[in-house]
Amino acid sequence: MTVKRLIHPDALADISLSHEEVQRYSRHLIMPEVGMTGQKKLKASSVLLIGAGGLGSPLAMYLAAAGIGRIGLVDYDVVDYTNLQRQIIHGTKDVGRLKLQSAKETMLDINPHVQVDTYEVPLTSANALEILAPYDVIIDGTDNFPTRYLTNDACVLLGKPNVYGSIFRFEGQLSIFHAAEGPCYRCLFPEPPPPGLVPSCAEGGVLGILPGTVGAMQATEAIKYILGIGESMVGRLLLYDALNMEFTEVRLQKNPNCPVCSDNPTLTELIDYEQFCGVPAHDHSLYLTAEEGEAVPQIAPLELKRRLDAGEELFILDVREPHEWEISNLNHLGAKLIPMGDVVARMNELDTAVTLIVQCRTGARSADIIRELQKHGFKKALNLDGGINRWASEVDPSLPIY
Amino acid sequence: MATIRIPTPLRPYTGNQNSVIVSGDSVSAALADLTGQYPDLRQHLFDGDKVRSFVNIFLNEEDVRYLDGAATAVAENDTLMIIPSIAGGKLVLSLDCLVLL
Repeated sequence: MTVKRLIHPDALADISLSHEEVQRYSRHLIMPEVGMTGQKKLKASSVLLIGAGGLGSPLAMYLAAAGIGRIGLVDYDVVDYTNLQRQIIHGTKDVGRLKLQSAKETMLDINPHVQVDTYEVPLTSANALEILAPYDVIIDGTDNFPTRYLTNDACVLLGKPNVYGSIFRFEGQLSIFHAAEGPCYRCLFPEPPPPGLVPSCAEGGVLGILPGTVGAMQATEAIKYILGIGESMVGRLLLYDALNMEFTEVRLQKNPNCPVCSDNPTLTELIDYEQFCGVPAHDHSLYLTAEEGEAVPQIAPLELKRRLDAGEELFILDVREPHEWEISNLNHLGAKLIPMGDVVARMNELDTAVTLIVQCRTGARSADIIRELQKHGFKKALNLDGGINRWASEVDPSLPIY
Repeated sequence: MATIRIPTPLRPYTGNQNSVIVSGDSVSAALADLTGQYPDLRQHLFDGDKVRSFVNIFLNEEDVRYLDGAATAVAENDTLMIIPSIAGGKLVLSLDCLVLL
């Protein structure tokens, strides 16, 4: 579908480019597809980025460089070391700072002619409509399902285009969801996957460059959309497999029964998206999943150390994956590695008589395994609270934290 | 024989194969052959005998929901794709990165 006109020519009457800006945007201006009119459209436009992380980094940098007049950023997080492998808008010096501050600084360094507005809050049903309303284009750069559904529904209700990008390990997706012209996110994914169907985060992670590729493609689509040139990604979904360097495209259709964007929607206001997805939307969330609500017996790292030092017989079961064991392990304390997917099949290797300490990276997978073991009659199983990372932080600093 | 493209989140259940050759002249027969070859996949694709509502299957470029659904005919050399909903690769939240279809 050819893109429609987003910025009305009348809106450009008051927009001008200084000599400095003309020089800066020279490589745009000499292309007839952009030219003075196109560059003024970019200056007259506003784009909101949800998330200043992996996808948000290249998005914010390229959109600032391209001269988008006003760029909004929504993020509440602080830069940490694990971000730096992919979130190139932040540097080592920024660890511990608000992502918004660090991102804004980088963007204004790239281009002081743009306005950067920051929103230091998690996007929620209570604030989404107000935050999104003033912007022409919304870009979804989030990392969780509740915020993706929230962003989609808010865009549909407000009639905004949602430039969608998503990443997982080596795989990326790209589209523009715009209910006025084509399908929305819910037309493709009417409901989220139920939590717990895949019982593990062990397959998580992301190739650091992947959000660069996908975020740069989102920025491309946003700029084409604002300029009104080329073929937009409305009604198309691009699937990118970095491992095999394959791009595949499928056609998306508007679902005539879509709960939010059809002619007779059943959903006409924002809902509780954590409840809908059954997972928390962000680290600060008070939402507990049904399973997390059922506490399992815990042991703190220092208490475990005390009991081991006292000579108590304890069996440490590490339920992570072998590649995680290579990063850090409690082998010297007799820990045994059985990846969580294999634990039930290999229960005969566990001794029901001895107290079992179950351990993973941060304590979530091991809690799931304890619930599973309890169903099979293991009464004496304790979860190492905070996992091997907390053990490394509080007991054994010779181990790395990942 | 048609090819089914396996998305990253499901590759642990196909011995890390990114595509699987299947027999069967309909979408349901092809999926049945796939889950026959890789039984661990079954619970992720099916709820009882029905394909799970959040599983998106595309035949070549088209969503089978807008063709004949599970009865859609599959020809030699067709490509079936299972398209997952993915949200990000963050390892912090226990269930947040559980990405499936």
